[in-house]
Amino acid sequence: MDVNAIITAVLVIAILGLLLGLFLGFAAKAFHVESDPREDKITGVLPGNNCGGCGYPGCSGLAAAIVAGNAPVNGCPVGGEAVAKKVAEIMGVEAGESVRLAAFVRCAGDCEMAGKDYEYHGVEDCRMAAMLPAGGEKSCSYGCLGYGSCVAACPFDAIHVVNGIAVVDRDACKACGKCVEACPKHLIELIPADSVFAVACSSKDKGPDVMKKCKVGCIGCGICKKNCEAEAIEVAEFLAHINQSKCVKCGSCAEKCPKKAIKKFEA
Amino acid sequence: MSTISELLIIAIGSALVSNVVLSQFYGLCPFLGVSKQLKTAGGMGVAVIFVITLASLVSALIYGFLLKPFGLEYLKTIVFILVIAALVQFVEMFLKKNIPSLYRSLGVYLPLITTNCAVLGTALTNVQEEYNLLYAVVNGFATAAGFAISICILAGIREKMRYNNVPKAFQGMPIVLVTAGLMAIAFCGFSGLL
Repeated sequence: MDVNAIITAVLVIAILGLLLGLFLGFAAKAFHVESDPREDKITGVLPGNNCGGCGYPGCSGLAAAIVAGNAPVNGCPVGGEAVAKKVAEIMGVEAGESVRLAAFVRCAGDCEMAGKDYEYHGVEDCRMAAMLPAGGEKSCSYGCLGYGSCVAACPFDAIHVVNGIAVVDRDACKACGKCVEACPKHLIELIPADSVFAVACSSKDKGPDVMKKCKVGCIGCGICKKNCEAEAIEVAEFLAHINQSKCVKCGSCAEKCPKKAIKKFEA
Repeated sequence: MSTISELLIIAIGSALVSNVVLSQFYGLCPFLGVSKQLKTAGGMGVAVIFVITLASLVSALIYGFLLKPFGLEYLKTIVFILVIAALVQFVEMFLKKNIPSLYRSLGVYLPLITTNCAVLGTALTNVQEEYNLLYAVVNGFATAAGFAISICILAGIREKMRYNNVPKAFQGMPIVLVTAGLMAIAFCGFSGLL
């Protein structure tokens, strides 16, 4: 047996390995990228869903922006106050008040309330259905199609289609805004999670048209506006909208609405 | 035959005729794993092209100037693994420092390729066919391009397939494997090319 061959083989491989190891070691020093240790800490504190609700690409993106000072410490809409406090601790600043938001679907035209112009038997996806003539099978071209693009987009299982329209589970909603983006009808709005009244309609049609198409559509009559003492309601393009920051939750609007288009959330 | 036409034949041969995934069955893991979206598949394809081309160059150099003089050709597999792993590590560091945008877009795919058998397979094929340095690099690039082509096609098909009604028993990986098989049959059509 040739002992020399074995020794050569061992030596060559050992030296090659050693050289590669040294090379990598030096390369690691030479190409070392300075990263702020706070960045890793913040990434650890953030929820880690990488949902993008903050507007940055994933949680590490937000962490980098917070360290760089481009994003507020309460920039994560999902984590809310608890996470904001932890991030503020790492950054050594005070966390501001952050209002918890929740998604709200501005449509109440479910299978009983709103009519259909025709039957659609296609791909079960709102973005497809919305491209059909008159914006989908629903008589109201503004209403929820109920094919659940928002349901598919929700990373927290907080929105479901109930009786033909999307309904948000407020407790589960983290206000990441995925459904807002997904809805081709732009029906979903983020409102404070403790709000009590909201107009559950998006129709900008004139009153008589709305009445023909839906039993609970806002006809833009303005009765709610007249009855609101806090001046929180605006009516534009035949559609009422409640300014939640002014709303005092008195309930006079929902009481007086002739179409019962203003939804009351049970506390 | 001139060098250029020989190179062209090698390139077309490894990119299309004996496609690394569809006729040699190398690199099936990333082929099936990261072909859900065209965008990520493209990223993976670019990363593989990058790494295999570099690995072909480095492994040809190591083989010609280190293993052959010492008569250690039989150690090529283990040495290539070592060299490729170190190379990918180095490339990762280099990109992180100098081209962070490319580093971010390649993301996790770069370290994943370390263990991609297509890389080692190409390096070993180069040795087996006794290619010189230039031929080895061209072969490496073409092989990787073949990988990129097939993963992009599969990703495109899978994106469209989401709108189809796939029978329940075929949902998920089975239909992807069937698709890959049909693609392999389609690629057989290239076999008359050379």
